[in-house]
Amino acid sequence: MKIRLENVVKTFETFRAVRDVSLTIESGELVALLGPSGSGKTTILRMVAGLEYADGGHIYFGDQDATDIPVRDRGVGFVFQHYALFPHMTVAENIAFGMKVSKVKREKAAIDARVVELLRLVRLEGLGDRFPAQISGGQRQRVALARALSVDPKVLLLDEPFGALDANVRHDLRRWLREIHRELGITTIFVTHDQEEALDLADRVVILKDGHIIQQGTAEEVCRNPQSAFVMKFLGDANVLAAEVRDGKAYASGAAIDVSGMADGKAELYARPADLDWSAQGPGIPASITRVLDRPDGRRVLATTETGDQLEFDVEPERAVKAGEGGFVTLRRAKVFALG
Amino acid sequence: MRRNVLPGLRLSLGVTLFYVGLIVVLPLAALVFKAASLGPEDYWRIVSSSRALASYRVTVLSALGATVFNLFFGLALAWVLTRYRFPGWRIVDAMVDLPFALPTAVAGIALTALFTTNGWFGSILADLGIKVAYTPLGIMIAMCFTSLPFIVRTVQPVLEDLDPALEEAALSLGGSDWEIFRKVILPLLTPALLAGVSLSFARSLGEFGAIIFIAGNQPMSTEITALLVFIRLEEYDYQAAAAIASVLLIAAFVMLALTNWMQSRALRYTVRG
Repeated sequence: MKIRLENVVKTFETFRAVRDVSLTIESGELVALLGPSGSGKTTILRMVAGLEYADGGHIYFGDQDATDIPVRDRGVGFVFQHYALFPHMTVAENIAFGMKVSKVKREKAAIDARVVELLRLVRLEGLGDRFPAQISGGQRQRVALARALSVDPKVLLLDEPFGALDANVRHDLRRWLREIHRELGITTIFVTHDQEEALDLADRVVILKDGHIIQQGTAEEVCRNPQSAFVMKFLGDANVLAAEVRDGKAYASGAAIDVSGMADGKAELYARPADLDWSAQGPGIPASITRVLDRPDGRRVLATTETGDQLEFDVEPERAVKAGEGGFVTLRRAKVFALG
Repeated sequence: MRRNVLPGLRLSLGVTLFYVGLIVVLPLAALVFKAASLGPEDYWRIVSSSRALASYRVTVLSALGATVFNLFFGLALAWVLTRYRFPGWRIVDAMVDLPFALPTAVAGIALTALFTTNGWFGSILADLGIKVAYTPLGIMIAMCFTSLPFIVRTVQPVLEDLDPALEEAALSLGGSDWEIFRKVILPLLTPALLAGVSLSFARSLGEFGAIIFIAGNQPMSTEITALLVFIRLEEYDYQAAAAIASVLLIAAFVMLALTNWMQSRALRYTVRG
């Protein structure tokens, strides 16, 4: 089911949560709404679900205007941040709930068969008789998904689906959700504030800030070509240097980057830690190491330039560096954004 | 005893057990002791006399009626106080506790004045052929009044803590309002409702002050058990008073045990393992 949001607006009291958002989601697409808290991403998701009504604009499901269709008739599957499983029902009863209250009457045997099928899909065979309090967080998450899928929704909506889980479980569930999506081909929108999750999982990432869409595109597009300093910073660690653009070149702390086409003036230069190289001899920006953070996949070095800028970069795990050492930083690549 | 990081357990345990012993167990033991000093035959004769039996009937039936009424009305009141904010909300919320604060005799006199055939409500009801004051219906109304706060105040906090996402989830799955209430909300309120019901019923069984003014106190029809106990006391027949009181005590115990059992059944889902 194709979903189209047209100039959607939502205001809570005086807080303008969503301002004039237009967005098209193709049938079968897996889209991430990514943004910091207060960016309006959850509100957009809830408006698509019908759990909030839009103050202005329209939401189309296919060609049908769904703006005023109440949630119970909208045909969406919603997975809540804290799962919202019915605590007094077993896992199987939770999954069967939607089918039991449906206007389409089903045989009990058909419901039971569907529950078994869904339990297999979410790999929870044999846990049907447990209560939600008796299973782990990751399992609850999967029950919530099975319950949402039980009503054959046109759209699957997930609000911070992995937010409350620990890192390992989150990683596995992410892969698994991707598989399920491929298997079912259902249009899916999920909300997250975790860039890695959005980039790993989604066909398309929609980045939001203050109720606006700032940028959208595939993971490759937004990573390789961030169009604003906000997106650059939000997607991952970035070094920031004050820069000056003159005659198609940006100068920062003694380094120069080609930026042909940019107007002269003050600017900011952004470089990922992996885009910086460290060497004992010049040329480069002279700096001294203040701290070394060891991580499983390499060593993160914190350094201060002679002009007082803080820099972060990575070196190979076997490279011997220690606090107090001096050397030179070279920029392999960087993005420059004009100020103001 | 399990070692506990938090302090003060033993002292507080000692103090509370001593207090419960002094204030609750001792008087009850004295009651049982007094009743037991009768022989089994005398005891049986006193507690099964036709006047006593009639008093149990009117007390228990009125208490049941009042509790069932309060179950519905108390739930509705808790619902409204939790889900809506309206002008005067705070006043209504405070008024719920009024039956606790008011001396029950005052409540009884006020209710009697309202419901006698020339009172504000009584005169209207009399035109409809309904008599309230000096009938079991009056007893029920007095019981309703004094036990109302129990159900409201046990259900209200549970309703307030109910995660709105549960109802939203049920809505998104296509549930109607009634289905969501019956299958999601009501089962989660059941333990609190049962707690409120048992308190409300126990209170109604023992209520005295509010009832005696409105009841008419006719032996065999509108005489409640608590009053019969009082009459026996007035006659210095302490053993008979204790015997009849022990029946009330047993009834309250049975009711509390029953609701506790139902509560633990309703809470089965919270057991981990």
